This record gives sequence, structure tokens and C-alpha cells, in this order.
Amino acid sequence: MVEALQFEFFRNGLIGGILASIACGIIGSYVVSKRIVFISGGISHACFGGIGIGYFFGFSPLIGALLFGVFSSFLMGKASLKAKEKEDTIIGVLWAVGMSLGIILISLSKRYAPDLFSYLFGSILTITEADIKLMIFLDFFIFISVILFYKELLAISFDEEFSRVRGLNVDFFYLYLLFLVALTTVLLLRVVGVILVIALLTIPSAIISQFFYSLKKIMLFSVALGVFFMIAGLFLSYLLNLPSGATIVLLSSFFYLVSLLFKR
Amino acid sequence: MNENVIEIKGIYVKLGEMVVLEDINLNVKKNDFLGIIGPNGGGKTTLLKTILGIIKPYKGDIKIMGETPEKGREYIGYVPQYVFFDMKFPITVWEVVLTGRLNRTKYFKNYSKEDKDISEMALKQVEMEKYKNKKIGELSGGERQRVFVARALVSQPQILLLDEPMANVDSPREKEFYELLKKLKEKLTIVLVSHDIGIISAYIDKVACINRKLYFHDSKEIKIDDLMAVYGCPVDMIAHGAPHRVLKEHG
Repeated sequence: MVEALQFEFFRNGLIGGILASIACGIIGSYVVSKRIVFISGGISHACFGGIGIGYFFGFSPLIGALLFGVFSSFLMGKASLKAKEKEDTIIGVLWAVGMSLGIILISLSKRYAPDLFSYLFGSILTITEADIKLMIFLDFFIFISVILFYKELLAISFDEEFSRVRGLNVDFFYLYLLFLVALTTVLLLRVVGVILVIALLTIPSAIISQFFYSLKKIMLFSVALGVFFMIAGLFLSYLLNLPSGATIVLLSSFFYLVSLLFKR
Repeated sequence: MNENVIEIKGIYVKLGEMVVLEDINLNVKKNDFLGIIGPNGGGKTTLLKTILGIIKPYKGDIKIMGETPEKGREYIGYVPQYVFFDMKFPITVWEVVLTGRLNRTKYFKNYSKEDKDISEMALKQVEMEKYKNKKIGELSGGERQRVFVARALVSQPQILLLDEPMANVDSPREKEFYELLKKLKEKLTIVLVSHDIGIISAYIDKVACINRKLYFHDSKEIKIDDLMAVYGCPVDMIAHGAPHRVLKEHG
């Protein structure tokens, strides 16, 4: 197992996985507590449209996913604020539009797209130095945002209406939270791919929130658990020669099931 | 002193296409303790939300302390309905009360010493200081209601608005809760809404009935006609069953 660490791609994969766990644990805690799993799933899948745009116009698919993810998080957020009764329909449609757009643009682009599969299901071992730099930047941005707006995000997550009466800009903070979900998706893209993002975004926090009260503790331990899943899953996939993203997700899901047995 | 803290003149409110409030007129005076009763779906919560400026009337005028609801709501401490909360949410009593101190001027800042002192005092006032570090979901209905009152108090309001405050309070605890409101009444104007006629008790000074229209005589008196109009049901049960008879003989 130790010999795997000699390979640079394995080391990069490990670092990438850890960086992804940080954003995942922090933002995932909001996603689980505020119960916005579905809209987050919509945002993460819609990001695939951005990957297609990147391919088609010849720029980095990750940047494409970032721009398109932010755009669709805004649309879905607006839909959920303004058209409550149609919220889930609109999210479902945008979810599918993003995926379809991605497939069509990739098939139209003349360039060879060998790693289409890797954007759908991740390929942690192809993480490059440049990816890691982007991930560090995104982690930093998410961390700072949550520190600056911690009490407001807590208040609007717990009781939107009261926060509105207190004069807080509830719509802004809700959209900002979804924006952070889009950033987290981009961080996770290389690691587990668009289809599995929602699993890693929710599972660590879902396990931890069964045992802890405070949002800060849930964030902290979710990050730790996410790091553990990444490392254990990566080594497991290396030993058994399995796809890494799916191995990490299955391992996390197994722990989630076990945790349900020990729930307080 | 006859100052109106809430002044509602002929407002009409639509939710979607449906008119839910029709020609509502209501003046609430300083230090009133007003109970608004009406059946579910009668527009009680909509009226509160209109007072808070969350919903806008399409006709009529509403003033809170002489200002528009958007401005005037800073004078209001709001205690929303129990059903709106997710009791699994990871937040402690202390954190909940502190959120009552938030407003736009607190962006990018931590809670100040003043915020914490005021929150501490509010928790004492509702006798919940021992529960400070408990998770909100661990409390009983009555305890939780006290915490939400504390959260409303920390903004140092002039008016306290409560939506179905007794909905999840055990009956033995109800009296204690009313005692708390009675204490608060010395400094505040209190408006509470409920579908439950049982709230008309010795503690409440004035009663209004609402079901799309509002019936109010600036007193505790309800006319049987009003109750018939609002509830559309036999009212002798109410008149005889209530602990304090409030209905006068008709005629």
C-alpha cells in the first residue's frame, strides 16, 4: 500500500480527495441540515452542461462547470424562492437540461473526449497540479464565506421567515449558499464526477448530524470523516483495482447504513 | 394615552387569486393584549404576515407605529407558528435567542457583548437560562415557546406578535405561559392569534374574530352573531364551555 504513495498521480489524488472533503464537510452540513439535498443534486448534475461547453469551445471543462454551475444554481434558487409550488419540477427539468446539453456538446465537439466517463464518475488519479491549485482556491473561498456569514447562514437555515422579519436579506443568503454548493460541486468533479457528487456532499454530514448538536461540530467532524472516506476508499480501490470514485461512495454509504444502527 | 401602535384601514389581501382578507379595519392601542380568533384557513396567519410586511395588501393602508410595515416591523417581536420549525436542526437555545439580535448592521461582525447581555436577560425573563446549551429539539413544546418569546424579546420590541402560541403547549403549562405574557404586557403591546376559542381567558383584554372579515368592538365582548359568522357553528357550546363566560345574551 505504501508503494502507491511513490506515484505522483496517487499523491495528487490523495491531496485532491482531502481538499474535496473540506468543502464537502462544510457545505454538506448546510445541505443536510437545511434539507436542500434535491436542489443541490440538481445543481451538481447541471454542471455537466458546463463541462460540455468547455469541451465545445475549447476551454477548461472545470471552468465551464464552474460558470454553468453558478448560473444554474442561480436559476434554481430563483425558482425555489419565487415559484415554491413548482420548485421541484423546475429543478428536475434544469437538472436534465444540464446533463443533455453536456452530452450533445461533447458529441458535437471535434475533439476527442476520452475522459467523458471520468467527468461523470470521477477519476481521482488524473488530478493535475493545476486542478489542485483551483481546489485550494475554492476551498479557501468557501471557508472564508462561511466564517464571514456564519450567523446569518445559521439563522436563515433555521428560520427563514423570522430572519426576513429581522430585515436580513434572506434571498441573497439562500442564493449565496447555493452558489457555494456549485463551487463545492466543481471541487468534487475530478474526485467522484457529477453523478456521485451528491453522495459525498450529503453522506459524511448525514452520519455526523445524527450524533452532534452544533453545526460547527457537524462541519468539523464531517470534514474529518470525509478525509477518512477518501483515503480509505482510494487505497481500497487501488488494492482491489476498482474505479476510485464509486469505491469511495460505496464505502461511505456502507458506513451510513451502519451508523443508522447506532443512531441515538 | 390613546396611541395606536397598529393601524389597519380597509385592507384587502389576495393569496394567488383568492381574496383571503376583506376590508379589515383594526386599531391596536398601546399595552393592549388582543386575541384574534378564527377558524383554520380564516386568514389569521395572513393577517400577521401583512402586519409584518411579508405579504402586501392590494388595497387599504397599514401602519405600524406610524410607519410602513417594512420599516415598522423593527418594533415587532415575532413568535411564529410551531409547525414551521425543523426540530432536528442542529441549533442550541442560546444560538436561537442570539439570532433575534441579527439585522443588516450586523453583517461581517460577531455578536457584541451587548447582544449577549441582552440575550442572557431575555432567557432569564422567560425562565429558560438553565436550558441555554440544550438543542432546541430536546425541549418540550412549552419550553420551546418560551425560547421563541425570548428570541422575539431580544430585539427590544414594542409589540409582540404570537401565532398560535398554545398549539403545542400542554394544558398544565398554558397558565404559566399566560402568566409570562401578563408580565410582559406591562411593557409591551401583545397580539396573539389562535383558532382555539379557549384562549379567551382572564388574561386577554380584547378579542377580535376573523374569517376573511374581522369583527372587533375594541373590547372583550364578542357578539354571538360574530361568532356565527366566523365559525358558522352552534355557539352555545362555546358560551357554556369556556371557563370565563364572555358571551352576553343576545338581544
